[in-house]
Amino acid sequence: MQDNLQSSSYKQLEQKSKYTNMFLRWFLYFVLILFASYFIFPLYVMVVTSLKTMEEIRQGTLLTWPSSLNFDSWLVAWGGRGYGAGDTFLRPYFWNSIKMVVPAVFFSTFIGAMTGYVLTKWRFKGDQWVFLFLLFGCFIPFQAILLPMARTLGTLGISNSVVGLVLVHTVYGIPFTTLFFRNYYISVPTELVKAARIDGAGFFKIFFKILLPISAPIIVVTVIWQFTQIWNDFLFGSTFSFGEAAPIQVALNNMVLSSTSVKEYNVDMASAIIAGIPTLIVYVLAGKYFIRGLTSGAVKG
Amino acid sequence: MFKWLEKNLPKIVMAPAVGLIGWFVYGFVLWTLYISFTNSKILPKYELWGFGQYEKLWASRKWLISVDNLLVFTALFLIFCIVIGIILAIFLDQKIRAEGVLRTIYLYPMALSFIVTGTAWKWILNPTLGIQKMFIDWGFENFTFDWLVNREMAIYTIVIAGVWQSAGFVMALFLAGLRSVEDEIVKAAKIDGAGLFTVYWKILLPMMRPVFFTSFVILVHISIKSYDLIVALTQGGPGISTTMPALFMTQAAFHKSQVGLSAASAMMMFMAVAAVIIPYLYSELRRENAR
Repeated sequence: MQDNLQSSSYKQLEQKSKYTNMFLRWFLYFVLILFASYFIFPLYVMVVTSLKTMEEIRQGTLLTWPSSLNFDSWLVAWGGRGYGAGDTFLRPYFWNSIKMVVPAVFFSTFIGAMTGYVLTKWRFKGDQWVFLFLLFGCFIPFQAILLPMARTLGTLGISNSVVGLVLVHTVYGIPFTTLFFRNYYISVPTELVKAARIDGAGFFKIFFKILLPISAPIIVVTVIWQFTQIWNDFLFGSTFSFGEAAPIQVALNNMVLSSTSVKEYNVDMASAIIAGIPTLIVYVLAGKYFIRGLTSGAVKG
Repeated sequence: MFKWLEKNLPKIVMAPAVGLIGWFVYGFVLWTLYISFTNSKILPKYELWGFGQYEKLWASRKWLISVDNLLVFTALFLIFCIVIGIILAIFLDQKIRAEGVLRTIYLYPMALSFIVTGTAWKWILNPTLGIQKMFIDWGFENFTFDWLVNREMAIYTIVIAGVWQSAGFVMALFLAGLRSVEDEIVKAAKIDGAGLFTVYWKILLPMMRPVFFTSFVILVHISIKSYDLIVALTQGGPGISTTMPALFMTQAAFHKSQVGLSAASAMMMFMAVAAVIIPYLYSELRRENAR
């Protein structure tokens, strides 16, 4: 009764402001679309520029549509022009990045899952401090570890190699992956684990039989987060590798900055799209998990 | 033996993570700290030299410009990201059609690397063929937009690109925050005669204090670490007008053989981040314990 009364007076109020509301809604959509164009603008410009010839670029503006769909600059960006020295193109570096990302994502995710499991289901005195100890690693500015890392990689004989970058990315991914799994496993009822322990299940059996089967969502979040971070990394890539062993972001930057010949903006844009497309695809296909990683990874749960 | 192994298995499994982080994070930071107190040039030396590098650092014009740029960048980056993020979040919260599509558009830059972003914006802001030409061709003949090559203005191009990349992220944080508020609170306020504006300004935004805090910490953290975007967009130029601490550090370390000085600059960055992060972690942990 009380409820009905309230909701009817609420409706009346809404009725009154119908016209103001309509105006407001138009305004709302206007602003939202305005911002959407600001966000979409660079992507649009990248795509159309990459499809134009240099002649068209000089004649038209940023927004003009290309006269024909011309994928030449994409081919040049990916595979080069076919002459020898100074012909830089992305294909080999793209594979470098793949060779770096796959093992680094695997190892860091695995270590993070195990550590998160121990920190939540095999708790011990001071486990909070261990967690804090690891968590702080999420935030350190990497400049504070670049110098000793460069020396360490040199000593180990893996500087300027994909192996070295795998090690670097695995290590500095652990704080994040641990955070993800720890925050996920903490909401799994500990009674499940206790019951299994009474039944005589061991450490690994509990992990593989009870926790792993329900971990799919957090594995997806972690893998996407790590993949994006490592694929997009430039600082480690540019500091610890050069020439042949460089990952794609470093190669892209070198290509764009090289001033050996006339600037070819269409090739630059095609290269940028190629370097960005794997993470964009992941984002479009699994946006939900991507956002969940962003909001809980950068923040905590 | 087997019993011991079984009993300590969890700790053994956790050991790699703790060991790796202990060595590669804490050990390395301590090493850098130590080196910052030595007179290391091209190679690290281990005799202590006191605060010489820090004195040199704060007497260096380039470092002072870096810090200045960082302050300007951080302030603008914070304000624009948070204001745009909040506006978008509140507007999207009004039962908008195609909300999913809009959200996807606002957030996709987060999936791109700063190098890709920088490359794109460098082309757009290019004075000869970019935005400037677009407006001139549209008939605004005296339109000039040369920020990218203008000493005074180049730092703002980094703000433009940085905000473009990160504003959607703040939107996502605030939208999640707004969605977690009980509908009843809003309804009750409306029945009391509060307009939509009042509801947000007086009730919902004050409730978002933790989200403000989180956004602040993360954005400051991003800006102190900014490196890739500057490399891709301006390389610190024209001249050294857009240099920043992260760029200063890598240049001193790997191009100028000033290992000690670069270690000192790295420690300054470390302390700046720690000053923001430690209170944050402390409050987060306390909140979790209170639950």
